[in-house]
Amino acid sequence: MSAGADLEALTRLVYHEAQLVDEKRFDEWYELFTDDAYYWMPLTRNQPDGENHTSLFYEDKLLLRVRIERLKNPRSFSQHQPSFCQHVLQSPALESVMADGACWVMRTPFVYVESQLDQQLVLAGIARLHVVSLEGRLRIRLKKVELVNCDAALPSIQLFP
Amino acid sequence: MSYRDDPAAIRALVREDAVHRDVYRSQELFDLEMERLWRDTWIYVGHDSQVPQPGDYYSTEIARQPVILLRDEAGTVRVLMNRCAHKGARLVSAVSGHCEQNLLRCPYHGWTYRLDGSIRTIPMKGGYEGTGLADSPNARGIVTLPHVANYRGFVFARLSATGPSFEDYFGASLSSIDNMVERAPEGRLEVAGGVLRYLHDCNWKMFIENLNDTMHPMVAHESAAGTAKKLWAGKPEGTPQPMAIEQFLPFVNGYQFFDQMGVHIYENGHSYTGVNFSIHSNYAAVGEYELLMERTYGTERARQILGEVRHNTVYYPSLTIKGAIQAIRVVRPLAPDRTLIESWTFRLAGAPAQLLRRTVMYSRLINAPTSVVGHDDRHCYRAIQEGLAAEGNDWVSLHRNYSAAERTQLEGNYNGTSEVSMRGQYRAWARFMAGAA
Repeated sequence: MSAGADLEALTRLVYHEAQLVDEKRFDEWYELFTDDAYYWMPLTRNQPDGENHTSLFYEDKLLLRVRIERLKNPRSFSQHQPSFCQHVLQSPALESVMADGACWVMRTPFVYVESQLDQQLVLAGIARLHVVSLEGRLRIRLKKVELVNCDAALPSIQLFP
Repeated sequence: MSYRDDPAAIRALVREDAVHRDVYRSQELFDLEMERLWRDTWIYVGHDSQVPQPGDYYSTEIARQPVILLRDEAGTVRVLMNRCAHKGARLVSAVSGHCEQNLLRCPYHGWTYRLDGSIRTIPMKGGYEGTGLADSPNARGIVTLPHVANYRGFVFARLSATGPSFEDYFGASLSSIDNMVERAPEGRLEVAGGVLRYLHDCNWKMFIENLNDTMHPMVAHESAAGTAKKLWAGKPEGTPQPMAIEQFLPFVNGYQFFDQMGVHIYENGHSYTGVNFSIHSNYAAVGEYELLMERTYGTERARQILGEVRHNTVYYPSLTIKGAIQAIRVVRPLAPDRTLIESWTFRLAGAPAQLLRRTVMYSRLINAPTSVVGHDDRHCYRAIQEGLAAEGNDWVSLHRNYSAAERTQLEGNYNGTSEVSMRGQYRAWARFMAGAA
């Protein structure tokens, strides 16, 4: 199953991706994704797709760019008191290999904390990165985040679980 | 101060052009709202497509009371209190499901009920012989709401025994639901695409008022929609506009746009923005849709239906709809400073799948807990909730475009940036909270 996979490099990517978000290095984070990538957080369990059913996130690179640029905008009022976040990851595992060995799926259970002054939101779930190798570099084609409580009534989630 | 037995004090909270900050903050007024305004008016429960088969149910709350929307064996949609007649246990705990053998069965002592709420069986029934049970309210089964209206699939209930009839309460405002339903080539809507449940830490009225507030988008949403606009601005001419950009950009249209959009006011707090056009007017045509509409309705009528692109219609106090993109938001007040907003989307029966994708995207971009537009709205509501703790000025301004003529003739069209919708809401609020002066 792990034929052709550099497990160490894939694992490093998983930790690196989370770290870039936690350190709010969003421009660098954005570059980890392929041009056709999606960042997807389904609204229900076993949701087949992000187009015919609403999701919490179903962002292509254009929408990710809107989000990242908005965070830099001095008139992002909901961020005048800024949010911070922390991912705590369980050891990532190579779950499957797709596309004839051209795409590796890394599965990582996580706990995510997002805080804004006195407010703190704790989320948990499974994150899957679909990783491909492009010009000798590992890139993310899909980040799929499945929350344990995807169907719960939620307050604002302003960063990237 | 106690408002409960002092209707004059409640009336004094609402002026023609301003409202007292207590209406957003007071626990007592919130409790009275649930007992009066939310009991005496028609509250949205759910859509009948959520319970397609006899025995299907959907459970929710209205005015903090647990209710079950279900379809009985005759196919009628009923609303029952979600309470066992015996000890009071909530009968169904799943959000939705199907009643096994078309019976509701209490998880505690196993009393069972027919879908009309009547008792079918009580275990060891002999134990009640010679007792007063038969003559007690407990023997009448599940409380079934007598005042339920299913308007073209939209199910509303009035909790109190007395109050305005459904038709009197909503009047001509029902034309917004008509338009939403008629946008389906088969004249029918189905709930589809899931429900977004967004917790707001503000009073429910701030949300309702905002739905016809057209002076905020270009300010509050500048960072979201303005960023999208800026990112798109560099694209070469003729680049096809992604649906997300099409949906974001109108939020930062100028004041003139929103003013000329117009607002229509009805009695009882209902209103809609987008009399002349709206932020949904310039969406790209979708495949065969217009053709399918013409086939059902004829060219002229189809054009009329699709030409009506209302922005938000407020069905005061519990529901807002966007007929033009078949999405609704349901208001569930939890506490004076806590409100749950549910966003539901619909499939237009007989329409291309692209239209479901469009509403699903809109709900996600604008109404989700993860939405950049939602973040700024929610932030502003919370800012009001906290700001109103400040003393020294008890009044919230509703002055914009006020005219004394509204006092005698409220119903009608106004310029889109007028705060007349809010004045209309508070006029209804005062009447349902304190009676006529």
